[in-house]
Amino acid sequence: MTRAGFSGAAAIAGIGATEFSKNSGRSEWQLACECVLAALDDAGIDVAEVDGFSLFTMENNPEIAVARALGIPQLSFFSRIPHGGGGACAPVQQAALAVAAGVADVVVVYRAFNERSGHRFGAGPPPFAYNPSTDQEYRNWINPYGLLTPAQQEAFLAMLYMHKYGATSEDFGRISVLSRKHAANNPKAWFYQRPITLEDHQNSRWIAEPLHLLDCCQESDGGQALVIVSTERARDLPNPPAVIRAAAQGVGPQQISMSSYSRADIDRLPEVNLVAEQLWRQAGLGPEGIDAAVLYDAFTPMVLLQLEEYGFCGIGEAKDFVADGNLEVDGRLPVNTHGGQLGEGYIHGVNGIAEGVRLIRGTSTNQPAKPVEHVLVTGGSPVPHSAIVLGTDD
Amino acid sequence: MNEETVVRTAVPRLVVTQDNEFWFRAAREGRLEIQRCADCHVLRHPPAPVCPECRSFDWDTVESSRRCTLHSYTVLHYPRDDAFDYPLTVGLVDLEEGIRLVADIAGVDRDELEFGMELEVGFTEHAHGEILPQLRRPRGSRS
Ligand SMILES: [Zn+2]
Repeated sequence: MTRAGFSGAAAIAGIGATEFSKNSGRSEWQLACECVLAALDDAGIDVAEVDGFSLFTMENNPEIAVARALGIPQLSFFSRIPHGGGGACAPVQQAALAVAAGVADVVVVYRAFNERSGHRFGAGPPPFAYNPSTDQEYRNWINPYGLLTPAQQEAFLAMLYMHKYGATSEDFGRISVLSRKHAANNPKAWFYQRPITLEDHQNSRWIAEPLHLLDCCQESDGGQALVIVSTERARDLPNPPAVIRAAAQGVGPQQISMSSYSRADIDRLPEVNLVAEQLWRQAGLGPEGIDAAVLYDAFTPMVLLQLEEYGFCGIGEAKDFVADGNLEVDGRLPVNTHGGQLGEGYIHGVNGIAEGVRLIRGTSTNQPAKPVEHVLVTGGSPVPHSAIVLGTDD
Repeated sequence: MNEETVVRTAVPRLVVTQDNEFWFRAAREGRLEIQRCADCHVLRHPPAPVCPECRSFDWDTVESSRRCTLHSYTVLHYPRDDAFDYPLTVGLVDLEEGIRLVADIAGVDRDELEFGMELEVGFTEHAHGEILPQLRRPRGSRS
């Protein structure tokens, strides 16, 4: 396999976050500035050196607002990635490409919001849904029939997946229990020291059948930032580099946001498969070379589907792969060791990238005993997808 | 509507464009129309300006028999919107013509839902004010 041109050229040198809460008590703009400063401090890089930002299109705090507030004198690179959590890892790809191409030297990625005390994604369509454009036209075919939230929109996939492969609500629940177990040992997690049982999961109220409340991630206030520089520079900084070995985006056939219902198999995720193929080619390894993973867990069924699409197990076999303990800290593939978005907090997947960095540094609060050389971090589904492979320096 | 009957709904207003206006107009008249490529005759839904098979911009429509089978479904409990009654059953169906459609299901109990069951597309004015498809048991079938 041949490696992509930018594979290994850039690294995540700093991570920084605010607390993850249900009511931050301060502006989203302040959260963004706080987490950016924390990440730069972690990287040992002066704030005035930042010359690039890469963000979500959904980010409410534009790069120029943060640059102005922090007195960053100039930016030579700034980009935005659509599709919410699906695109979570793509700003890191943008940053790596910019650094590898010499367009920017210090690129910061951040996601900061009051997603619990302000607009809640689980409450209904976001404010931009009411802008009548081709971008929102897909809502014509789902919203007027009651499918208003992400949980409601992916329920068809989960229901059909259970029917086809014999998976049960308990199989989804095991992901929730695992995440809360990991979160219970992570002081940064909202659900620190609050594990749950499978019985708790089963007893939690229905949201959108087959999804119970405890199949759904949290809604959180908070900010998370990442600092990307060249791997060469990262070697001279305080923390071991988390080298960006691969980074990819994917859109599949007849893709619609959250509702690609015209595909033959609605329970398959071709955009995830497309990302996987690119990652393996870029990094020069396959799923067997991944030591731990942070899989986007807005809703538990997507963790099972992603395990399959990334090739960690066969199609329809994720329930057994999970039940056999493979996702535990001492298992074959420790998953969501920070507690995931179910347990730690929902920072639209960017807090998961920070956990990927900690796993490479060896500093997760649930650090596996085995050597961790390659970590997969993924964005959300079923929407346009993104993911990265982080590696130790070699 | 007077003040007392105003429904506060989060359902966005329809985004009606030159590409999909035919569909909503037909729905208001109680017909289910499906967009068809005028060149290669492949059906498509949701509507779009061009055929993804042959890239022709020419299209016409065919009227659906409205007969369908249940491909998947969900029962919604939370959050609740004023335009619907909960628990709300929503189905994804395979129309006889070979395309998929989403609509809420009326008159079928939760326990009676089955993958592959026969349903029919009817039309009703939803509480948010739009006349749109609603799934129900086929006419003449036992309920
Ligand atoms: Zn055609």
